[in-house]
Amino acid sequence: MLRLSGVHTFYGRIEALRGVDLTVEEGEIVTLIGANGAGKSTLLMTICGNPRARRGEVRFEGHDITQMPTHDIVKLGIAQSPEGRRIFPRMSVIENLKMGAQNFGLAHFDEDLDRIFRLFPILKDRQSQRGGTLSGGQQQMLAIARALMSRPRLLLLDEPSLGLAPLVVKQIFETIREINQRQRVTVLLVEQNAYHALRLAHRGYVLVNGRISMSGSGAELLANPEVRAAYLEGGHV
Amino acid sequence: MEYFTQQLINGLTLGSIYGLIAIGYTMVYGIVGMINFAHGEIYMIGAFIGIITFSLLGAVGITWVPLAILLVLIVSMFFTAVHGWAVERIAYRPLRGSFRLAPLISAIGMSIALQNYVQIIQGAKIKPMQPVVRGNIPLMEANGFQVNISYLQIIIIVLTIALMAIFSLIIARTALGRSQRACEQDRTMASLLGVNVDRTISLTFVMGAALAAVAGVMVTMYYGVIDFFIGFLAGLKAFTAAVLGGIGSLPGAMLGGMLIGLIEAFWSAYFSIEYKDVAVFGILVVVLIFLPTGLLGKPEVEKV
Ligand SMILES: Nc1ncnc2c1ncn2[C@@H]1O[C@H](COP(=O)(O)OP(=O)(O)O)[C@@H](O)[C@H]1O
Ligand SMILES: [Mg+2]
Repeated sequence: MLRLSGVHTFYGRIEALRGVDLTVEEGEIVTLIGANGAGKSTLLMTICGNPRARRGEVRFEGHDITQMPTHDIVKLGIAQSPEGRRIFPRMSVIENLKMGAQNFGLAHFDEDLDRIFRLFPILKDRQSQRGGTLSGGQQQMLAIARALMSRPRLLLLDEPSLGLAPLVVKQIFETIREINQRQRVTVLLVEQNAYHALRLAHRGYVLVNGRISMSGSGAELLANPEVRAAYLEGGHV
Repeated sequence: MEYFTQQLINGLTLGSIYGLIAIGYTMVYGIVGMINFAHGEIYMIGAFIGIITFSLLGAVGITWVPLAILLVLIVSMFFTAVHGWAVERIAYRPLRGSFRLAPLISAIGMSIALQNYVQIIQGAKIKPMQPVVRGNIPLMEANGFQVNISYLQIIIIVLTIALMAIFSLIIARTALGRSQRACEQDRTMASLLGVNVDRTISLTFVMGAALAAVAGVMVTMYYGVIDFFIGFLAGLKAFTAAVLGGIGSLPGAMLGGMLIGLIEAFWSAYFSIEYKDVAVFGILVVVLIFLPTGLLGKPEVEKV
């Protein structure tokens, strides 16, 4: 479904991705783990064309999207809940959700809203509250919800558990599983919370300094001593 | 009291015109974070297109005034919007992402270029126009002083209020307005949600220019003369109005415009007409000292 081949991405002269190969098949949950600064967020943003890959190729369902404008890439069925959540602070919860839907057609809006409110009941209570005044956990749910409003086939999630209480983290991960199983949305999940992510995912990749250093099934990576040492026991949350 | 009421009417008329221009400054500032110093010239171009269209309509024999005004407004809004769009494409879009002062310098250059462009194709002489709408409604009379509101003043004020209401609704309720606000708050995120950011910015320039065109047409009818230089002072005052109201805020631009118009009218009436511009800018300075974000500027307290 998604294939990155030999992708290099730069910020000015800093090379953040140094030849990344990665694939995601339809229906999977794939996780990408790695330390802070490894290039995980850059990889998700490169898929969406901002920043753009300087070398290599990004393909989605047969389309070469490497040079496509961001707003066209997402219309192929890719949605991202980006690093830092990026909720529109001066828009209400409802307006944030409308932003998620409006460029993909508002025909299913009410139906999708019901579905989202069943997934995240707290958002229903906060409908008219401004995004900037929500708590971190609520903003995270809103960011995922907003991404789902476009009915994506591929959902890119950047550290959805960051800064959240353990109970909320659990809820978010359950929701991801539900989205994947019930709504058949393929998920590429970036996490520092490697334990939860690898348990959830079908497959995983480990990113070190802009390169993929390991890949395998979630269970394999969980059992791998190097992964355990670096991401599970080394104090990384 | 009668004198006061008369100045109030004059001030609101003037304020309507400043308000219409100020919206363009504030919307563009909101979405791209720059002052479009060529916006005063866009208004001037709107006035010229208006005057040209009036004489063309006269030549083809369309003389029924309401129809003529409507056609002039539509034609001027359209062609002025094309100019606004072109300014953004030529002078600002290529500089997006470069250092902060670059678009500002480009804006000043654009402003001079547009003045010269009109001066060359239309001449440097002032252009007069026959009054299109005549007549007053006397409102009250006392001590030999009569308070009048002219039909034209009514048209200007009512049209302004209607346009402001329509624009507020567009910004608040429509998909386009939401996209504009989204680009204002987080352009990258907007593009991740499928917003064509370049197109949204273009449309913002187009909308601002269309409103400035209305102001230009109204001024032409109100004063009966225009020249290629009217954009400078009007633009500066409308910019002042936008800053006074809180740059980036749509209701702020409307309020700021009205206030500037009123200050100017009352200062001319009660103090001295020579110093009316000084008064306008003086009050701006005072307001900014005590309220740096303007009257309705948004407080920047948000956790993101
Ligand atoms: N906007 C930027 N400008 C310059 N360098 C950046 C920018 N964003 C990220 N980087 C650099 O790129 C590298 C990868 O960052 P990032 O993708 O955010 O990593 P991760 O998400 O894995 O923590 C880091 O060295 C970071 O400093
Ligand atoms: Mg990151």
